Amino acid sequence: MYASTQFFWRFTESSLDFMNSELFTLTYGALVTQLCKDYENDEEVNKQLDKILFAHALPVFPLGYNIGVRLIEDFLARSSVGRCQDFRETADVIAKVAFKMYLGITPSVTNWSPAGDEFSLILESNPLVDFVELPDNHSTLVYSNLLCGVLRGALEMVQMAVDVKFAQDSLRGDNVTEIRMKFIKRIEENLPAGDE
Amino acid sequence: MADDVLFEFLHMEMVSHIYKEQASRGEMDKDRATCVSALEGMGFRVGQGLIERFTKDSPSFKDDLDIMKFICKDFWINVFRKQIDNLRTNHQGTYVLQDNKFSLLTQLSSGKQYLEEAPKYLAYSCGLVRGALSNLGMDCVVTAEVSPMPS
Repeated sequence: MYASTQFFWRFTESSLDFMNSELFTLTYGALVTQLCKDYENDEEVNKQLDKILFAHALPVFPLGYNIGVRLIEDFLARSSVGRCQDFRETADVIAKVAFKMYLGITPSVTNWSPAGDEFSLILESNPLVDFVELPDNHSTLVYSNLLCGVLRGALEMVQMAVDVKFAQDSLRGDNVTEIRMKFIKRIEENLPAGDE
Repeated sequence: MADDVLFEFLHMEMVSHIYKEQASRGEMDKDRATCVSALEGMGFRVGQGLIERFTKDSPSFKDDLDIMKFICKDFWINVFRKQIDNLRTNHQGTYVLQDNKFSLLTQLSSGKQYLEEAPKYLAYSCGLVRGALSNLGMDCVVTAEVSPMPS
């Protein structure tokens, strides 16, 4: 698929942390390769990585989403961040705390919509795509689509329905990677009566 | 950085996806062996890549035992955040690595009924080890066993 056995090394200092993040990066690469083998086209792979919420859709196996719904618990336990007051605060927490904690990068938060319900995360570098090149026949593959699913799943668990997608992708020729996040609505907590 | 958690979640999702995928295709003749070998194969490629990174600056190994010790210490620490607890060999090509608290299994409840599920969660790691050893020049078969801890 991509340059599987020829890894294009980037110079970095070696450290325990760095080496361990490669395990995640390389595992993710192996997973995307497997998905490309399993499914006929990139569109399908993109869906598998994220999740489609349409009721009529074929059963899709929501990888990113599933990770997100679990990751949020881990995040809340580790970071002891309180409830965010508004979407702006949410954006800051995602960029400065969550991304830093799990991927070691701090994207910048920009391009707020006038209504304050939409913003962009700009990633100067994307650890998921270390060692990766997209071959020509996979130019529509949104390689890092897992991230969209993770963000959606995690925020859904804290009662926020959001739409997340890639606006720019360094793997497909853009200078930076840009994730666009849009607040859809607040999800009402459906707790059965009698629960706290 | 909590990226080991990220890997653990990704691993769980991968295992679950591979199995659901096989089930949904309705290919009942393809049993869990295919799933296990798909996971093992993924681990193999990643293991090869990882070991290249880990050893590119180190001198070559003296012998097989040296390689195994590297796997038990540096490799295991980098991948699973701890060393192997026990290494045994019969000096005839068989090595047994024992990890008393394998990070990818700690999330499964301990209890006999879950032991059957354990191989799913070990396939990728077996592939990692086999891939690493293969790039170091050792052709081998890697199998894993889980035994319940004495209560």
